[in-house]
Amino acid sequence: MDLRRTMLFMPGNNPGMLQNGGVFGADAIILDLEDAVAPQEKDAARLLVAEALRTIDYRASEKVVRINPLDTFARQDIKAIVPCGLDAIIVPKVESPEDIRQAARLVAAAETPGQAPVKLIALLETPCGIAEAYPIARADKRVAGLAFGAEDYTAALGAKRTKEGTEIFSARTIVVNSAAAAGIQSIDTPFTDVNDRDGLLADTALAKQLGFKGKLAINPRQIDDIHRVFDPTAQEIDWARRVIKAIRKAEAEGAGVASLDGKMVDAPIVARAERTLHLARLLGLAEGGLL
Amino acid sequence: MNELKPAQAGTLESNDIMITVAPGAQGSGISIELESIVFAQYGQAIRKTITAVIAEQDITDIYIKAVDRGALDCTIRARTLAALTRAGVVPAKELI
Repeated sequence: MDLRRTMLFMPGNNPGMLQNGGVFGADAIILDLEDAVAPQEKDAARLLVAEALRTIDYRASEKVVRINPLDTFARQDIKAIVPCGLDAIIVPKVESPEDIRQAARLVAAAETPGQAPVKLIALLETPCGIAEAYPIARADKRVAGLAFGAEDYTAALGAKRTKEGTEIFSARTIVVNSAAAAGIQSIDTPFTDVNDRDGLLADTALAKQLGFKGKLAINPRQIDDIHRVFDPTAQEIDWARRVIKAIRKAEAEGAGVASLDGKMVDAPIVARAERTLHLARLLGLAEGGLL
Repeated sequence: MNELKPAQAGTLESNDIMITVAPGAQGSGISIELESIVFAQYGQAIRKTITAVIAEQDITDIYIKAVDRGALDCTIRARTLAALTRAGVVPAKELI
């Protein structure tokens, strides 16, 4: 399981931000060639991002590039950046499985011998993209996640954006469900008011409650708060440990199910506990062994 | 080598470098005019990087003005390549 609690956008034509991308502690940094770059600067940004990927140490952060849409500069972007050692590409405005297959073909053609396969994250930000979420999630083995972009989506709907997010509730649940059904990650839309910390915490808590595994971020100041929400709590880790202990004891005694705190522990409960412990281990929160 | 036309890439923002290229007189070689906030410490290194990028592209006579605001080596390379691409002397496919 890749850790993608936070995926931080950085403008692809801003050297100062690109060179500092690794210091903020985001699980992934997104070098953006799309919305953050003016049309006349796409060529320069592409070269800058390629050089940055080859040169700058982004430490533990996953290196991700958001390319331009498939009907604009995607071909040039993929050809330029794939050989430069990135981990994943965000494909914007994905509307069909064929979009993903097209991106996958371009990536395969650009990869160099021996290179680790570049993953794809489909950014769903149109009503068509949401409607096709599950087929998109399953379109190619490179697809590691579905990300949701609410601004373009609500603009297409003609719905007003609110802090509560009622207008994007159904789209969020579709993205989460489609990703889970395909066995990949779901990444929530960014919270765009960088000065509203309480709003960010509430929005992130809602995303976690819905089942999202992470959230896009547009400002480094948002990272710690998003991590705080997505990190398992001490109580959750303790509960997960006790679940695993109970099921192992039951198995040793020849029983298929166990009981904990008066409740039955069955496969879905065990799966949730295992995910919590796995996440805790990734974060260094479960030192000293599981049990 | 295609005929070089004047072109520019980069900005004057912190950590960036603005590279302007123009044709040099025949036989003039690679001529670099550099202004940098870290000229004393890194002027030679910046020149060396720009010269290396130019030389890789088989360009002989060229005038370059570089205004540096503390760019890293990778930024200097990228901006020089971008300027050369815009000048029409580096086909995009050769950059990748």
